Amino acid sequence: MTGTSQDGRSGTAFPSGPSDPTDGSGTARTHVADRDALLDVRDLRVSYPGRGWRAPRVRVLDGVSLWIRPGETLGLVGESGSGKSTIGRAVLGLVPVAGGTITFDGERVDNASRRRRRELSRDVQVVFQDPYTSLNPSLLIGDTLAEPLLAQGVSAREARGTVADLLDRVALPRDTVHRLPREFSGGQRQRVAIARALAISPRLIVCDEPVSALDLTTQRTVMDLLTDIQERTGVAYLFVSHDLSVVRAVSHRVAVIHRGAIVESGDADTVTREPEHPYTQRLLLSAPVADPDRQRERRAEYERRFHADAS
Amino acid sequence: MSAPAAEATAPRRSGTVRRFLTNPQAVLSCLVLLVIAGLVLFAPLVTQHDPNAAELSDAFGPPGGGHPLGFDSAGRDVWARLLYGGRNTLGGAALAVAVALVIGVPTGLAAGYHGGWFDSLASWWVNLVMALPAMVVLLASRAVLGSTVWVLMVVLGVLVAPSFFRLVRGTVAGMRGEPYVDAARVFGLRDSRIIARHVLVVVRAPIIIQVALVAGMAIGLQAGLEFLGIGSGSLPTWGAMLNEAFANIHREPLLMLWPGLALGVTSAALVLLASALRDVLEDRGTGPVTGRRARRAAADPPTTLEEAGERADLLSVRDLAVAYTLSDGTSTEVVHGVDLDVRRGEALGLVGQSGSGKTQTAFSVLGLLPEGGRVSRGSVLLDGTEVVGAAERTLRGLRGDTVAYVPQEPMSNLDPAFTVGDHLTEPLRSKLGLSRARARERALELLRQVEIPDPARVMASYPHQISGGMAQRVLIAGAISCDPDLLIADEPTTALDVTVQAEVLALLRGLQEERGMGVLLVTHNLGVVADLCDRVAVMREGRIVEVGATADLLTGPRDPYTRELLDAVLDDAPARAPWRPREVGTR
Repeated sequence: MTGTSQDGRSGTAFPSGPSDPTDGSGTARTHVADRDALLDVRDLRVSYPGRGWRAPRVRVLDGVSLWIRPGETLGLVGESGSGKSTIGRAVLGLVPVAGGTITFDGERVDNASRRRRRELSRDVQVVFQDPYTSLNPSLLIGDTLAEPLLAQGVSAREARGTVADLLDRVALPRDTVHRLPREFSGGQRQRVAIARALAISPRLIVCDEPVSALDLTTQRTVMDLLTDIQERTGVAYLFVSHDLSVVRAVSHRVAVIHRGAIVESGDADTVTREPEHPYTQRLLLSAPVADPDRQRERRAEYERRFHADAS
Repeated sequence: MSAPAAEATAPRRSGTVRRFLTNPQAVLSCLVLLVIAGLVLFAPLVTQHDPNAAELSDAFGPPGGGHPLGFDSAGRDVWARLLYGGRNTLGGAALAVAVALVIGVPTGLAAGYHGGWFDSLASWWVNLVMALPAMVVLLASRAVLGSTVWVLMVVLGVLVAPSFFRLVRGTVAGMRGEPYVDAARVFGLRDSRIIARHVLVVVRAPIIIQVALVAGMAIGLQAGLEFLGIGSGSLPTWGAMLNEAFANIHREPLLMLWPGLALGVTSAALVLLASALRDVLEDRGTGPVTGRRARRAAADPPTTLEEAGERADLLSVRDLAVAYTLSDGTSTEVVHGVDLDVRRGEALGLVGQSGSGKTQTAFSVLGLLPEGGRVSRGSVLLDGTEVVGAAERTLRGLRGDTVAYVPQEPMSNLDPAFTVGDHLTEPLRSKLGLSRARARERALELLRQVEIPDPARVMASYPHQISGGMAQRVLIAGAISCDPDLLIADEPTTALDVTVQAEVLALLRGLQEERGMGVLLVTHNLGVVADLCDRVAVMREGRIVEVGATADLLTGPRDPYTRELLDAVLDDAPARAPWRPREVGTR
């Protein structure tokens, strides 16, 4: 966007996030990542224009670095307004990048041309949170699923065959193709959205809160489906969620984002069970558990840690 | 005019065609237009007479002998003139619509989809064109460009293009941010393709409707011009025929009838078709039974039943069933005989997945079922008062000081036009009859009770100026303002961040303990239940499958469904094992 912000800061060390002491594994591995990372995001900055004339730009991401290896799931957890979805959107090329680099399979893509971006869509796909708005309500499921195939130049006939396969893979009946999104429940729609993302065998799927709008039991089956597909196809996921327990169950590694910066990252079990950063600890303790005794302890711990200094 | 409209609906799914065919207004008006269009198009086959062949001796001649409508003032065959004139009138209207479509739709798509400078410029231009009085411009352009009807129709097309532009631009701008458009972009679709596939589908229906309306208007305007004598001389048109007939209205008034009839029937058919198309394409069935009828239906007397156990003092629900009246007049039951009890000072969690009927149950207690819904059987005792079948006045008396409600979406439950202070003081003044100053004092105190740090500032804020968590605190403050005995909270923390949720739960727990309030907490989150509730009722498909003390139920569920719910909880799910590189050759 603006050259000044990019040039003015590109020389400085990461202002926050990766240089954070909690991110020991993080800083060291950005260099290792060069060789085997599928996606490598470095010092990513994104800002939106402020409201009103000549208002300062609002910084959404302030130097975020992360990386994902082939077939790996990186869980990105944070609260609303933390910028977690913006990272995904920047990787997909849906928001302009103000600074930093996004490298996919060794190629810089943050400044890709529109044409290159269209080609890249073969490799990078998306599943959005809300299965009710991410499918065009007036297109038949079959047309929705065939769309990415046709966009990549697959013949209509071949596309029909692939669509049938896709429906099998997400365990939906084949006659689904002749129906409209409104005939399906949230969980089924999310299966359609996943099938659509899988259509052209991408290597990375950005999952933006893919199970947040679903019921508890449906949530579990969709998560299992995603994991299962990953084991079979080796696709990598950037899994964005606000729910620490969801991220824990589907991710190999977890990064915690707070106010536009990664505050902690590491393997899933460590970050979600014994977090080091106070913010992650707060996230963990504030999620209630479905066991009254343990919840009482957790609540007491939470109030001891955070309520005293809040009031 | 009708032909393209009917064709355009064909490729849509068969449901649309069926809806079209079962809509008598649509079929009838479409048929009328088809007949008119057919007669006009095949005029040479329908009549052998030349519309311009004048035989002065036949002037004002009566019908008969191959001249079904007789002759006009110049001795020309009226029927032939009507048919051939229709070609010019309808053709002119079609031209105007086509021009308007060609100009309005692409610019509207571009402006709505891309926004930016083109949008600003085009909108500015459109506003300018819309400000021009169409009739004056048409008169002026006739003076400049000559009197051919076709030229005038092109000008008219330009003048009505803004109506298409605005329609398309508004619709497209509204859907630009939809995730499925973003998704299409991620799939590598070109903008042109996204517009063709996703955007056009959405604007198609409104455009078709608008075409019918604009065509009717174009016919009217054109006829008006011709009637004033500003037409194109010798060319037969319905408007020109009206004009000629008007000159001889005293001699042969019947001559006015035929062109007038043709114009009237065509315009009426177009307008009726437009409104029928709106029903068909925008899928608006007849709404559920509402208003008086629904209310009276709701007033079924409570069924008296043998006491199914002891009834709790604060809230006691017995055999509650909720039914919805569907658009076709039948009704469907969504809650099938629910029993619930909340004692004073007790917190009951009502748990279930979406569609289980838990919210419907809560709304029945409040007497606030959405339109079309009614309590079809059962009894709800609230502090000893029967709610089912009670008059609206009784219910109003109960709401506020006996039962209060905290909704799921804090933001959409605050009116953006009023400050937080207005929201809080209004019920205090109307319900408790406090003075303005007293109400303000009390509202500040309430905000302090819900642990809002700077009550005075929040009082003066508008809803959009406060955060979601703050808004939920304000709603809780409003709910407790009249000191209720029972608080019904419908997913009160679902829309909030988890750290904010913890704060709001702590607040609810504190208020409940402090005031001895009963709480009916509707939620899908078993963690929230564990945190706040003394007892839990699990609902599934409109029935309660299990009730019990929270600790017992969550640690030792008896019903298989409860167990299924608990199994889906991820608290103790193992974290995923660390990543290992895949073997080569699998992809």
